[in-house]
Amino acid sequence: MVEMVSRPYASAFEKFAVGKPEILCLSADLTSSCEVDGFRDRHPDQFLSLGMAEQNMMSFAGGLGLAGFRPFIHTFGVFMYRRPYDQLMASIAYPRRKVRLMGFLPGITTPGGMTHQSIEDISVMRSIPNMTILETGDATEVESICEAADSIDGPVWCRVLRGSVPRLFDTPIKVGEMRVLSEGDDILVVTSGITTEEAMRARSALKEAGLSIRHIHLHTIKPFDHKQLLDHIGSVKHGVVTIENHVTEGGVGSLVAETMADAGVGKRLVRLGLKDTYAHGGSRAYLMRYYGLDALALVGGIEDIMGQKFGITEEDMEAARVDDVHSLVKAEAL
Amino acid sequence: MRNKKTSEEVALGIRRRVFEHSMRNNGGYLSQACSAGEQLAWLYNEELKLGDPTLPMIPKPFEGVPSADNPNYHTGAGYNGPFEPQYDRLFIAPAHYALVAYATLIEVGRMAPEGLEMFNKDGSSVEMIGAEHSPGMEVHNGTLGIGLSTGAGLAYGRKLKGEPGRTWVYMSDGEVQEGQTWEAVQGASFHGIDNLYAIMDVNRQQCDGAMDSVMEVGDLKAKFQNFGAVCVDIDGHDINAMRDAVNEPHDGKPLIILANTNPFHSMPILEERFPRLHYVRFKSEDERSRMNVSIAKDLGVEPVDYSH
Repeated sequence: MVEMVSRPYASAFEKFAVGKPEILCLSADLTSSCEVDGFRDRHPDQFLSLGMAEQNMMSFAGGLGLAGFRPFIHTFGVFMYRRPYDQLMASIAYPRRKVRLMGFLPGITTPGGMTHQSIEDISVMRSIPNMTILETGDATEVESICEAADSIDGPVWCRVLRGSVPRLFDTPIKVGEMRVLSEGDDILVVTSGITTEEAMRARSALKEAGLSIRHIHLHTIKPFDHKQLLDHIGSVKHGVVTIENHVTEGGVGSLVAETMADAGVGKRLVRLGLKDTYAHGGSRAYLMRYYGLDALALVGGIEDIMGQKFGITEEDMEAARVDDVHSLVKAEAL
Repeated sequence: MRNKKTSEEVALGIRRRVFEHSMRNNGGYLSQACSAGEQLAWLYNEELKLGDPTLPMIPKPFEGVPSADNPNYHTGAGYNGPFEPQYDRLFIAPAHYALVAYATLIEVGRMAPEGLEMFNKDGSSVEMIGAEHSPGMEVHNGTLGIGLSTGAGLAYGRKLKGEPGRTWVYMSDGEVQEGQTWEAVQGASFHGIDNLYAIMDVNRQQCDGAMDSVMEVGDLKAKFQNFGAVCVDIDGHDINAMRDAVNEPHDGKPLIILANTNPFHSMPILEERFPRLHYVRFKSEDERSRMNVSIAKDLGVEPVDYSH
């Protein structure tokens, strides 16, 4: 049974920020929802409430960057780039301010529906010059995201998991590297964020079916080590499956497709994720099944490339975790 | 560094330079020179505490945008002097006032007159809409409404660091139509950012014409006060009024000076172009010639020989 860690960001941010007066914690009325309420209460001198006014917050953070501070902005990811996109561009990305954008509720990790689900943020951020993109997939990555983000000379977009988060890894994020989780030679599976756990759930069933899976997990999406990915692609016989908590356009699937096309790689690629669609509100497990982001969908993608069915069912895989909607580790039911 | 001219003389010099430039180039931001002349002259000639310029008098060409591959990138803020704790900082929020701002730099001896010849030329850093790398600019403000927020962030950061220097934002009244302006005032007031100063050119004009015909904005002074700023309303062509306004007590609040101006001040013939004053491009040789003679007379110079 996988170890579950409660509110890893809360303690990680506090541990990281204390004693660093140039780190400021900015919040836009979602302080407890982003697990920085304890930090606010214990370190008010490093905390700045900017209210529900994200356009001002983004430019204000740019001004703080100009004054030599490294602001960590905490809010739901969608609220940091959809409305204040112009401010993100002009006040943060263009001048390469050291602003750390901690985007909570990535993809379908919230029942909040379209307005709360950042499903195209990676696509947006990948197309912004000077932007770095990091994504957390487990508690250890959440615990190390602050140091990783703060090591970047420029703005950083982070997809941060909150609440009850599984511990899958025992080493911190090393920016620019990718985690090799298995080294098979039939199919390459590329995952990031919450889809990594899904691929791990399918691991034994796929092995049982006689498939040799090479699985890599990405925490650094931009900049990206294309050569390393190409080496992995070159190590498998049949093709590549990507599965992401994001639309398939512009995200990790596109990143892999571009890498393959640029290098003239002629292997099959199946991209799983939100297929040119918005999601609606529901539990994570329900949404992952409904939109094809879970372990079963991954098996389907692999079957597509192999041209055969393996008869794997949900029962053959490790149990999916079901999060309580009303959980003490979440500030609200979102 | 203190200029030897009076601020009135600087204002006249700004208008002469913008006039000559606009005549030679068959158009320019003439009306902004009319409305903004005294304000920018007063800021640079008297009020702002700035060090000597750190960049060459003749601006360098465009040297690339900020990127990890461009380590020598710098903004145009060096024309306002070095970043030191005791010095003031200035953002020109309406970046289309750049022509007027460049003319000001020349008048106060911070840029060579050759700089204006590079205006809007390919490969030049002296851009038409002031960019970060343009002389006297420190941040991009071309999208209206972001200047005051950025100024508030910088001012707050400088306050945290105990720096005595003030952060000034030169604003235009059109940008009060952007919601971000009000978010900025609300935030600056809530956080007691009283080292933030703004002077706004209230000329009541915007790109489409007179502001009241595009989107009425109501009583600006009352709105700024209600959002938590200290606000002073003055005649924007009266330099003594500016000298008084900046002394208005504003403990714990930003100070916003509304400088009410005339968009054809000192160039009355521009009224013919009302309500389209945002960018004056002459419509005919006759108009260009008449304006040349009329404005030259008003500014006490010879008409510009623009034939070659």
